[in-house]
Amino acid sequence: MDDVASLIGGFKVALSWYNLALMMVGILLGVIIGVLPGLGGANGVAILLPLTFTMPPTSAIIMLSCIYWGALFGGAITSILFNIPGEPWSVATTFDGHPLAQQGRADEALTAAFTSSFVGALVAVILITFLAPLIAKFALQFGPAEFFSVYFLTFASFVGMGRGSPFKVLASMCLGFALGAVGLDKVTGTLRMTFGQEQLLVGFDFLVAVIGLFGIGEILSSMESGLKFSGTHATIRLGAVLLTWKKLTQYWVTSIRSCIVGCWMGITPGGATPASFMSYGLAKRFSKRGNNFGKGELEGVVAPETAAHAAGTSALLPMLTLGIPGSPTAAVLLGGLLIWGLQPGPMLFIEQKEFVWGLIASMYLGNIAGLIVVLTCVPLFAAILRVPFSVIAPCILVICAVGAYTVHNSMFDVWMMMVFGVMGYAFNKLGYPLPPLVLAIVLGDRAEESFRQAMLGSQGSLAIFWSNWLVGTIMTLGTILLLWPIFTWLSGKRRSATSEPMPAAAGAAAVDRQP
Amino acid sequence: MMPRSGTRGSGAARLAREMACTALLAGAVAMTLPPTSAYSQGWEPTKPIQFVIPAGTGGGADQMARFIQGLVAKNGLTKQPLITFNKGGGAGAEGFLEVKKAAGDPHIIIITLSNLFTTPYATGVPFGWQDMTPVAMLALDQFILWVNAETPYKTAKDYIEAVKAGDDKTFKMGGTGSKQEDQIITVALEKLTAPKKFTYVPYAGGGAVAVQLVGKHVNSTVNNPIEAVSQWKAGALRPLCLFDVKRSIYTGKVTADMAWSDIPTCKESGVDTEYQMLRGIFMAPGVKPEHVAFYVDLFKKVIATDDWKKFMEEGAFNQTFMTGDEFKTWVAANDKLHYDLMKEAGFLAPGK
Repeated sequence: MDDVASLIGGFKVALSWYNLALMMVGILLGVIIGVLPGLGGANGVAILLPLTFTMPPTSAIIMLSCIYWGALFGGAITSILFNIPGEPWSVATTFDGHPLAQQGRADEALTAAFTSSFVGALVAVILITFLAPLIAKFALQFGPAEFFSVYFLTFASFVGMGRGSPFKVLASMCLGFALGAVGLDKVTGTLRMTFGQEQLLVGFDFLVAVIGLFGIGEILSSMESGLKFSGTHATIRLGAVLLTWKKLTQYWVTSIRSCIVGCWMGITPGGATPASFMSYGLAKRFSKRGNNFGKGELEGVVAPETAAHAAGTSALLPMLTLGIPGSPTAAVLLGGLLIWGLQPGPMLFIEQKEFVWGLIASMYLGNIAGLIVVLTCVPLFAAILRVPFSVIAPCILVICAVGAYTVHNSMFDVWMMMVFGVMGYAFNKLGYPLPPLVLAIVLGDRAEESFRQAMLGSQGSLAIFWSNWLVGTIMTLGTILLLWPIFTWLSGKRRSATSEPMPAAAGAAAVDRQP
Repeated sequence: MMPRSGTRGSGAARLAREMACTALLAGAVAMTLPPTSAYSQGWEPTKPIQFVIPAGTGGGADQMARFIQGLVAKNGLTKQPLITFNKGGGAGAEGFLEVKKAAGDPHIIIITLSNLFTTPYATGVPFGWQDMTPVAMLALDQFILWVNAETPYKTAKDYIEAVKAGDDKTFKMGGTGSKQEDQIITVALEKLTAPKKFTYVPYAGGGAVAVQLVGKHVNSTVNNPIEAVSQWKAGALRPLCLFDVKRSIYTGKVTADMAWSDIPTCKESGVDTEYQMLRGIFMAPGVKPEHVAFYVDLFKKVIATDDWKKFMEEGAFNQTFMTGDEFKTWVAANDKLHYDLMKEAGFLAPGK
């Protein structure tokens, strides 16, 4: 096979001592970047890009992609330890990862997260290696209607998973939609809900909201419950990695499902964030211990991490073959490589074979190197929680503030973060769930945009959502998932079936009946 | 994958030399600076330079800015690093307002696209080019009318006729943003297809627009060359015409049988529409002449590199370099042009 020969060629280039050393440096830098919320992979790669100009191109690619891997791994650390997701796709990791840390099982959660990321990414890389030309064209099928259907499916697989009242879920989600809508409306080019305030032009960045809602909110809660973290009693277990691996084997179904969800979402350029939410939602619904999700289930860490990394990695495929950036980090990564005369797009695989295979080989190696580095550090990371609260809380606050500031280099965002922090605390106290709010902020305006693009194209006919097998299948799947809670609710309460159905599902049912 | 440099066509080299000369002359005449302000004596940045991109990642402005960042670092053109920031919120208003507010700060520069003109008119956000200090025009970006290569339209006229013959609004034009350059061109084209109109579908970025055309989710686009070139090379897209008064100067083959210069102008194909987009550099208001001089000098060095020339050719840019009063006059005229075009299209925000 031609591909295998090319790949081995790529490995030969990548496996020199110099390149291996660069890999380690890259991973460590990446982890640091991933840990600092707000800095994020995209900024980190952009800042470090000039460092690589003195290196041979292949070494530069290897180091940059290792930074990328490191940042992906690093994002899970703060999500689990401090409830602060550094990237949109780490949000779902906090749902079960942080409760685990609070139970003193941070090392297990970290191991599960790292291992799942590795598995997800590996499956996606294998997919890229062997199926690139075959599936690259698939992304072309995705017009506005298809994009909307994917977002719809994400919301649908997520609805009804909150433990609280469905009305509270709905209220939380609607608030998220409203916050997400602030700023420029991309379809008409007019400003919405900015009230003449310049700071509101850019809308509420997801990161600012999440750092506040989760990170600051968490610190407020910890302060209330006695100025200490609830994971401190954990002993450092050196064998935690092996112990967790043993447990992880029983989640193979979840792993496979998450890999499929992730790869699918990456190739059809849905992205890592919907993939992680969708995968978490599905895992919760189909797991035997679904009711325990959100209280600290390892499976709830495995599902989103696997899917997010499978998606993040396979997103490189449409990027390389079609020139659509799958993520900002990937865009910066390849954008920086323009300096070597590389133009991402359909011709890259033909004109720049050496580069492409070098990159793919470095993806294998970087991923493996990354796993080794982060796993050896698990006890170290977990030990952070043993640092007294009075020392670490101010550090977290500073890191959060820096993170929020970095998003737009604006002090306004730091104040907004504080406001969101108080809001997060209040939400917790009043029993309103945060995940629907965050999901709506992250995906709400994207869903709205593709819905309206589709409506423009179809001249206002909803039939476009069932106009071909692809979009039709996804929409139908989404509708079934959305109505699932009603079915179970109806069969449980056959007597009261005539009474008012759940409002969340009622709206969607109306959409469903159109064609 | 090694840096390709060196071998240039003599024509291109001569042209570049000529352009550099004119630019130098223009600069020398126009910049009313003391002639002694040589690089060695002049002002130099004392901390990292913020390079603001008023657009998201992956688009044309982003690609150019990041390319410049790399070029400057690679050739050691500044002692302080150039660091790019994407501030594309509010159709670029975020970035422009930041520069406007940084009055007197010589360590911040911004690359522009047409949203310098369109965003304030369309949204009413209070900024304009007068709120910043013009430094240099780096190039003009071209627009090309593209269709999917599997469709039967061979010329712009064919396509316009087809739109005319079809039902109203059945032809979809994909573009970047709303009430921005792509939609302005679409409205201009609608004069020719009247009474039939396009359905304009706005997307977030130029790369996505090109892919939507490959996937046949829209019927045509007016992508910049660099946004669609790789799809063209792969045989997925077909260029119909260039929105410029004369053809591109680049004669190197891009596909097996076509060069940029083989694309007819729209006027040649009977579609009399013309539009180009400024790729220029601005500074904060209230900076000193020696600050401006430093950046003019820096960008002269940038455009003199072989890598830059290659980048220009790849994206079929119109290589026009301007500084000083000449540039200011050009910007003022272009601002007026956008105002008129947007007024005609009904894109102005209330009160503008």
